[in-house]
Amino acid sequence: MNKVGTVVRVGIADLNTVRTPDRIRTLGLGSCVGIVIYDEMKQIAGLAHILLPDSTVTRQKTVNTYKYADTAIPYLVQRLLQMGARHSALKAKIAGGAEMFKFDSGSDLLRIGPRNIEATLTELEKLKIPVIAKDVGGNIGRTIEFNPATSELNIRKVNREEIVM
Amino acid sequence: MKYKSLSSFQFDVLREVGNIGAGNAVTALSQLLNLKIEMAIPSVNVVSFDEMMELIGGPEKKVVAILFRIYGEAPSNVFFVLSVEEAELLIRTMTNNPTYEFKENISKDSLEFSVLEEVGNIVTGSYISALSDFTHLHLQPSVPHLGIDMAAAVLTYGLIDISQASDYAIVIDSKVNSQGTSDVLEGNFFLLPNPGSLQIIFSALGIQENE
Repeated sequence: MNKVGTVVRVGIADLNTVRTPDRIRTLGLGSCVGIVIYDEMKQIAGLAHILLPDSTVTRQKTVNTYKYADTAIPYLVQRLLQMGARHSALKAKIAGGAEMFKFDSGSDLLRIGPRNIEATLTELEKLKIPVIAKDVGGNIGRTIEFNPATSELNIRKVNREEIVM
Repeated sequence: MKYKSLSSFQFDVLREVGNIGAGNAVTALSQLLNLKIEMAIPSVNVVSFDEMMELIGGPEKKVVAILFRIYGEAPSNVFFVLSVEEAELLIRTMTNNPTYEFKENISKDSLEFSVLEEVGNIVTGSYISALSDFTHLHLQPSVPHLGIDMAAAVLTYGLIDISQASDYAIVIDSKVNSQGTSDVLEGNFFLLPNPGSLQIIFSALGIQENE
């Protein structure tokens, strides 16, 4: 397998999956959370870029599965299983959930970053998927890229050193 | 109401809303900086969240964004977005320091931070009060919130309200720029009405939904 991989890009409220040698990336996570779920041995990985924590409070008639932590994560797992990943081998790495602006008003909507992280962790726990690494919170945007061949997640921030976890 | 079903007349009305807001803001900015500032005809677009990031140069582009939440009868979000170079130019002009350079990770109580917030306050305040006068709606801006980071990271905050009800945003984008000097100052105003607010704005202007 000497094929050169491509990088699959995941947008906002979007998700996708890759196998080695491809990599998967999402740009500019602010309060959104990027959730990578992968099977290390099979070198299969999926990435979801969620915008909101909870689909049950939506005002839409048809729920966009990719937009919410509680719907995107189970759907991503299902997709990975269809590709041949094993549920017991699945692990997760997450990044994002920052608070880019501090608001004076106490509205719950404004704690969206921390709430996205909470919802993500709850959902992963429900599915018994261990979180191997996380880089969350703070007040900084993140671009992340995952390589299923090495299970490494690269995290890039404005004016900071790139980190690998 | 569905964004996708807006008539061309309704688009024209929103363009005019953007025009009036930005026109007022340009006057304020121009007086503040003592520069001649012009504006382009605003564009009104119904865009997906990803497309919105492309409007300002991609999700990873580093921007200086000043966000105001509008409370009152037609809740919305307004962003005044500048590139880092433009923000630098603004600070140079305002502080009379032609050699100023943007430092990494400026702190919340630094001079440049308050300069940007104050400029945002004056400019966006006049944008919002023009909207309020035009529509006779009671609109109340929040204090300014300054974010300096990747475009997608800061702009998604303006989408949180919208995204609860829609996968598209209506963006009223007004570009302003200064001319006649070697330095070009260009800024974008984004007005993001919450889904219910669009109908309220139309009704306030006496426009029926199916017109």
